[in-house]
Amino acid sequence: MKKIEAIIKPFKLEEVKDALGEIGIEGMTVTEVKGFGRQKGHTEIYRGSEYTVDFLPKIKVEVVLSDEKLEEAVSVIVRAAKTGKIGDGKVFVSNIEEAVRIRTEEKGAQAV
Amino acid sequence: MKKSIFLLLVLAGTLTGHISRAADASAPKRAEPTLEQRVSDLEAAFLNGPRAADSTNNVRSKLGEYDEKSNTYKPLPGPGANAWQMTSAALVLFMTLPGLALFYGGLVRRKNVLSVMAQCLFITGLVTILWFVCGYSLVFHRGGAVLGNLSNAFLYGVTSNPNPDYSGYVSENVFAMYQLMFAIITPALIIGAIAERMKFAAICLFMLLWMFVIYFPQAHMIWGADGFMNGLGNPDAGIKAIDFAGGTVVHMTSGWSALILCLILGKRIGFGKQPMPPHSMVLCMVGTGMLWVGWYGFNAGSAVAADVIAANAFTTTTIATAVASFVWPLAEWIVRGKPSVLGFCSGAVAGLVVITPACGYVTPRGAAIIGVAAGLIPWFFCYKVKSWFGYDDALDTFGVHAVGGTLGALLTGMLARHSVNPNLATNLGGHVKNSFFQPLVLQQLEAIGITLVLATVGTAVIALIVKAVVGLRPAEEIELSGLDLNEHGEEGYHIAAGQQL
Repeated sequence: MKKIEAIIKPFKLEEVKDALGEIGIEGMTVTEVKGFGRQKGHTEIYRGSEYTVDFLPKIKVEVVLSDEKLEEAVSVIVRAAKTGKIGDGKVFVSNIEEAVRIRTEEKGAQAV
Repeated sequence: MKKSIFLLLVLAGTLTGHISRAADASAPKRAEPTLEQRVSDLEAAFLNGPRAADSTNNVRSKLGEYDEKSNTYKPLPGPGANAWQMTSAALVLFMTLPGLALFYGGLVRRKNVLSVMAQCLFITGLVTILWFVCGYSLVFHRGGAVLGNLSNAFLYGVTSNPNPDYSGYVSENVFAMYQLMFAIITPALIIGAIAERMKFAAICLFMLLWMFVIYFPQAHMIWGADGFMNGLGNPDAGIKAIDFAGGTVVHMTSGWSALILCLILGKRIGFGKQPMPPHSMVLCMVGTGMLWVGWYGFNAGSAVAADVIAANAFTTTTIATAVASFVWPLAEWIVRGKPSVLGFCSGAVAGLVVITPACGYVTPRGAAIIGVAAGLIPWFFCYKVKSWFGYDDALDTFGVHAVGGTLGALLTGMLARHSVNPNLATNLGGHVKNSFFQPLVLQQLEAIGITLVLATVGTAVIALIVKAVVGLRPAEEIELSGLDLNEHGEEGYHIAAGQQL
C-alpha cells in the first residue's frame, strides 16, 4: 500500500477530489495547512505597518491506496491541481505497512 | 433581596421626583398675549430665533409655563428641535456603541478584541455616572472661565425646559444627554493608541482622572456659556476661538493625550518584530460605516436646532468625509501601488475628524478643501511620521485624531465664513473677514496651544499617578496570551477545529 500526500492550492481541492472520484478512489483526508516553497509569502500593509506573510494557506490531501492504483492516482492529482504557475504544490508518496477498517476489522488493501 | 429591591425603588422614586417637576397650571396674572404676539413667537420658534418668552416682563406667547414664585415664564421645548436632538444623541451614542468598538475591535489581534469592547462599555457607564453626578454641571453651568459650578449636580434643575444659554427650544435634559454622548466617545478614542497592552484597572483609574483634569475644563472653556475660549457664545471670552462640534474638545484632547499615554506606556511586546495585523478588516469597515452615519448626529446635531446651520453642517460633513475617503486610498495607490480598505476607512474617519470643528462655519467649497487636507496630512502621519519616530500608536489615534483635530481647528479659522453662520457676526467682532488669513486664525492657534498643553501635561501627570498606584502594564504572559482571556475571562471567538474548512 502507498500513501499519497498532495499539497495543493486551496481552490483546486474540488477538482482534485472529483478527478480521484472518477478513477474510483473512494476516500481521502483533507487538512488546511500553511507553508511555503519557492512561491514564498506575500506582503500585507495596514496603514504604516508592513507585514510579510511567509506561510501561505494550502490544502493537504492524503490518500492511502493499493500499489497498482498509485500511478494513475498521482497523475490525475497532478493534472487536476496544475495551473502552471509557481505555488502549485507537491505530491509525496510513501509506503504504508498496515491499514485496518475499524468497523469490520478488515486489514491490508481490503481496508483502504 | 426583596428589601433591597424596595430600597432601590424608593431611591429611584426620590430621584425621578426631582426631575418631573409638577407643572403649575395656575393662570398667569398678566394680560393675554395678542394674536400678533403669539404668531411672532411661533415665527421665532420656527426659525430658531430668540424667544419672546425668555423675557421676564414681556411675555408674548403661550409657548412657556408661568412660575409664580419667580414671576417668570419658562420656555417650553419645541417638538421639532427636541426630536432632532434626541435622534442626534442616539446617533452619537451609536458612534461609540458599537461603531468605535467595532472599528477598533477589528483592528486589534483576535486575542484582544473583547478588551477593546469592554473598555468602550466601561467608559460609557463611568462617564454617564460622572456626568450625572457633576460632569454636566461642571461643563455647562455658568461658574468661571475654566469650569462651571455644582449647581446642576445630580442633574438638579436640569428639566425638560430649555436652558436659554444653549438653546431656546431643546429641553435641557435632552441637551445634557446629547452632550453626555460626546463626553463618552472622547475618552473612548484614547483606547486606540494604547490597545492590546494596558491593564484594565489602570484604564479605569486613568479615564476617571482624565475626565476631571482634561475633558471637563476643556469642554467648559470652549462650549460653556462663560467659557474662556467660547468665542461664539461668550462676549467676554479671553480667546475668541470657535469649535462647532469638538475639534479641540474631542479630537485634540483625546489624540494628544493618546500620544503621551502611549509613550509613557511603551510599545507592545514584539512591536516592529512580530506581525500585528488587524484580525478582522470586515468588522473595522462595519464600524467605520456606523461612525460615518453616527457623525451626522455629532456634527449636524451640534447646531442644537434643526435649523439652517444644522443643514449646512450636514452638507459639509458629507462633502469633506467623502473627499477624504477618496483621497487617502488614492495616495496609497500612487505611493504603495494598492488602495486598501483600511485606507478608505481611515480617510473617512480623518475627513469626519477634520470637518468636525468647521462643519457649521464653512461652505461646501471649504469642506472640499478640508476633505483633501484630511486625506493627505493624517495619512502622511500614519504612514511616515509614525515609522520615523517609532512610537506604538497601535490604532493611530494620534495620527488621525490629534493631527486631524489640530488641522481642523486651524482650517476652521481660515475657512469660517459669515454667509454660512450669521452668529459669527455677534460676538466675534472683526475676527471673521471672509479671507484665508483672517484674524480668527490667530485665536484658533491660541486655543490649539492651550488645548495641546492641557492634554499633554495633564495626561503625563495622570499617567504617572496611575503608574504609581496600580501600574500600567499587565504581566508579560498576560499580554502575550491576550487580554480577553486574562482580564475578562472570555474569548471573542470559539471556532471548533475544522469549522473553517
